[in-house]
Amino acid sequence: MSLLTCKDFLSELSEYLDETTDPDIRRRVEVHVSECPNCFVVFDTTKKTLQIYKGMEPQPIPQDVHSRLMAALEKRRSRPA
Amino acid sequence: MLPPTQTEAFDELPLVERARSGDDSAFTDLVTRYERKIFRLAKHITQNEEDAEDVLQETFLKAYSHLGEFQGNSKFYTWIVRIAVNESLMKLRKRKTDRTVSLDESIDTGEETVVREIAVWEDSPEDRYSQEELRGILEKAIDSLRPAFRTVFVLRDVEELSTEETAVALDLSVPAVKSRLLRARLQLREKLTRFFRRKGDDVFAYL
Repeated sequence: MSLLTCKDFLSELSEYLDETTDPDIRRRVEVHVSECPNCFVVFDTTKKTLQIYKGMEPQPIPQDVHSRLMAALEKRRSRPA
Repeated sequence: MLPPTQTEAFDELPLVERARSGDDSAFTDLVTRYERKIFRLAKHITQNEEDAEDVLQETFLKAYSHLGEFQGNSKFYTWIVRIAVNESLMKLRKRKTDRTVSLDESIDTGEETVVREIAVWEDSPEDRYSQEELRGILEKAIDSLRPAFRTVFVLRDVEELSTEETAVALDLSVPAVKSRLLRARLQLREKLTRFFRRKGDDVFAYL
């Protein structure tokens, strides 16, 4: 099994986090991360970055924005086809 | 445990079918289900509240008028995201007279994959901030990315579209989506490190 360089690791990181890498590359990424403290930090903080964003719920839209959207739809509906 | 996309999954098909057969209340249900996400997406791309509202209206008006053309071979949500992305990009292009907005720009120079900042984060860095502060930090970080990166990131990691759906929505190849996504993620990681790094590890704490 050939070792990954830090640069190889970076180029595989995104797909690793998406779980779309094949098992061989996956293992090599894991070996690299377990041996390279800097890449471990990059790996860990990128993973946390994605977790934080994925947990972000959209805020309710302002009531007036919602009302104007509904009014625009209503207007379109009343228009003869 | 199911990944979040599956726990949130809901079968929109019956609603879409009813809307297509002329049931306006079904269409209204679809609007109320997705308006928040479409508004957020439009705000992220246009970075302007007024433009985002225009995009929101245009998206649902177009969806309403063209419902008959919706094939049902993609998700309704993906279909309206695609409309919203196109509307948002048009707004963005209108506002900017320079050519910085093109999503086709050649950005594959590799320079942005450089990692400059390596610092361990707190275990739950988000707990250090109030919900509102956290939201501000996250949104500002996204907004500081270039349009080509931020659009891909928002579709993939905020709206949780697949790589293929993102490629279709943005008219990009799958490799282009992947390459931009990696850079966007690494850039955001760097930006957030400023806020989330573990105290005591900070060499530049005096700044």
